[in-house]
Amino acid sequence: MSNKFISIEGIARHYPKPGGGRTTIFEDLWFSMPRGDFCCIIGHSGCGKTTVLNTLAGLELPDEGVNVVDGRAIEGPSLDRAVIFQGHSLLPWRTVLGNVAYAVSSKWRDWSREKVNAHAMRFIELVGLKGNELKKPSELSGGMKQRVGIARALSIEPKILLMDEPFSALDALTRGSLQDEVRRICTDTGQTAFMITHDVDEAIYLADRIILMTNGPGAMIAEVVENPLSRDRRRIDLHKSADYYPLRNHLIDFLVTRSKTFADELPAGYDKKRPPVVRPCAEPPVPPGDARKVA
Amino acid sequence: MLASLNARATLVSALILFAFLLAWHMGVQGSKAVAPMDPEYAKLMGLTATQGKSAMPGPIDVGLKIWEHLNQPFYDRGPNDKGVGIQLAFSLGRVLLGYFLAVLIALPVGFLIGMSPLMNRALDPFIQVMKPISPLAWMPLALYTIKDSAISAIFVIFICSIWPMMINTAFGVSAVRKEWLNVARTLEVTPLRKAFTIILPAAAPTILTGMRISIGIAWLVIVAAEMLVGGTGIGYFVWNEWNNLSITNVIVAILLIGVVGMILDQTLARVARIVTYPE
Ligand SMILES: Nc1ncnc2c1ncn2[C@@H]1O[C@H](COP(=O)(O)OP(=O)(O)O)[C@@H](O)[C@H]1O
Ligand SMILES: [Mg+2]
Repeated sequence: MSNKFISIEGIARHYPKPGGGRTTIFEDLWFSMPRGDFCCIIGHSGCGKTTVLNTLAGLELPDEGVNVVDGRAIEGPSLDRAVIFQGHSLLPWRTVLGNVAYAVSSKWRDWSREKVNAHAMRFIELVGLKGNELKKPSELSGGMKQRVGIARALSIEPKILLMDEPFSALDALTRGSLQDEVRRICTDTGQTAFMITHDVDEAIYLADRIILMTNGPGAMIAEVVENPLSRDRRRIDLHKSADYYPLRNHLIDFLVTRSKTFADELPAGYDKKRPPVVRPCAEPPVPPGDARKVA
Repeated sequence: MLASLNARATLVSALILFAFLLAWHMGVQGSKAVAPMDPEYAKLMGLTATQGKSAMPGPIDVGLKIWEHLNQPFYDRGPNDKGVGIQLAFSLGRVLLGYFLAVLIALPVGFLIGMSPLMNRALDPFIQVMKPISPLAWMPLALYTIKDSAISAIFVIFICSIWPMMINTAFGVSAVRKEWLNVARTLEVTPLRKAFTIILPAAAPTILTGMRISIGIAWLVIVAAEMLVGGTGIGYFVWNEWNNLSITNVIVAILLIGVVGMILDQTLARVARIVTYPE
């Protein structure tokens, strides 16, 4: 079952309403992704993306349904699944090395201090922070802090990398270079990754597949969009690909209009267990001689 | 004019001190002219009456007395005449003993209260009632049950230092940022390791604030407690010198109490600075 490495099976999450009753954030949510895949989930603020990610992390459990990873139901947090939080969430009293080493020594509890530090240093170098390992988080810029968060998550060599809007607090330049970094590392190592974003271009650059989530309450997975761009795409010339604008327009159109109306105008044959898969592409170029036939 | 703020502040401090000492000196001079009196009577009345000298010692008397004490702080000539160093050592010993006993109880209990919303609510009424009780109000009860005045004084220190530490520890522990706890959870950190590597360092600045408040209160209370209990200690020294009508010694003791209190506070302030983390 390699095409179901992560499987979200009918999960639901409710919160009690202030005046009694309950609000359903989402229910009967189904989705699966294969090993080595990079999935992004996009949707409006408050639709429940963080909640989905937290259930995958095991930080909270769904009220109904189950998440399965590698054939085993998630019952709590695990070192197999690393989380990069929206805020950097570094421990401010530890140095950069101390923060990464804390994760490493949590995973390999019998390692010697030298071995832990050497392993941690490898990942600090990987994210380009060599020379800063003895600094405290308060001495780092926002981008550097997020890099430490990435190094910490990768250092435990997780089966799955979970990221909750990891770059949303960064300026555009820093965000771009960190996206490059993450894409390089994930494609080089075949890292399975699940990421929340509200940046359409970020999703197009990073994701193999993009999950579109409708507005809550009662959010649904409207469709799963396959990324038609080539795997060796580069951030700076994304827009040169013929498929870029069709894909981008499809995503923007969803965010602007369909995320609101989708639930009211369910497409015929919509099945919650198998959300439709779409692949927005450019029309195949029409040979010049046949131009008249098209009209 | 471009001297640093520190240098200027030091200068102003020195001027204030000088002005104060001068005013003090002038204030205790008294009138010089004294009516002639019978020598026998004058002997009985002492210098105060014969030379118009004020009963209040001046700064020079106090300075000389301090010098005297500093030269032999640890002499011991019986229960009512011990060096001021010995008396301070007694007081410090009681404070530190009572204080560390309080630390041993307050930190674990504070941790428990901070970690468990149930215990937080369950223990809250007790703490709310116990906290405002003047520690000296415990004294009769302590003397009656413990029957030992020295231990009673330690108990009073214990009971007055425990509340600020416990309350601050509980608050610091309950206010640890959720994201740091989530880091520990995703790394499958054991509860004990989490307590020592996440909660303790995160709450340390708040805990230290409580410890600092406590040591201040303990040092305030020891003087009063020793006045009541008697025997030894700087509080007893003050009371004893008052009975001897040695105002000079009382003033010296007051100064020393202030200096030792400041040293205690600054020591904890330094520890607090070490464990404080910038965010
Ligand atoms: N503890 C909570 N109590 C009540 N409602 C909550 C709680 N946590 C989240 N929610 C609600 O759940 C919804 C989804 O939240 P979240 O998953 O954080 O959304 P997103 O990450 O997509 O912005 C929001 O509407 C939010 O108000
Ligand atoms: Mg969110």
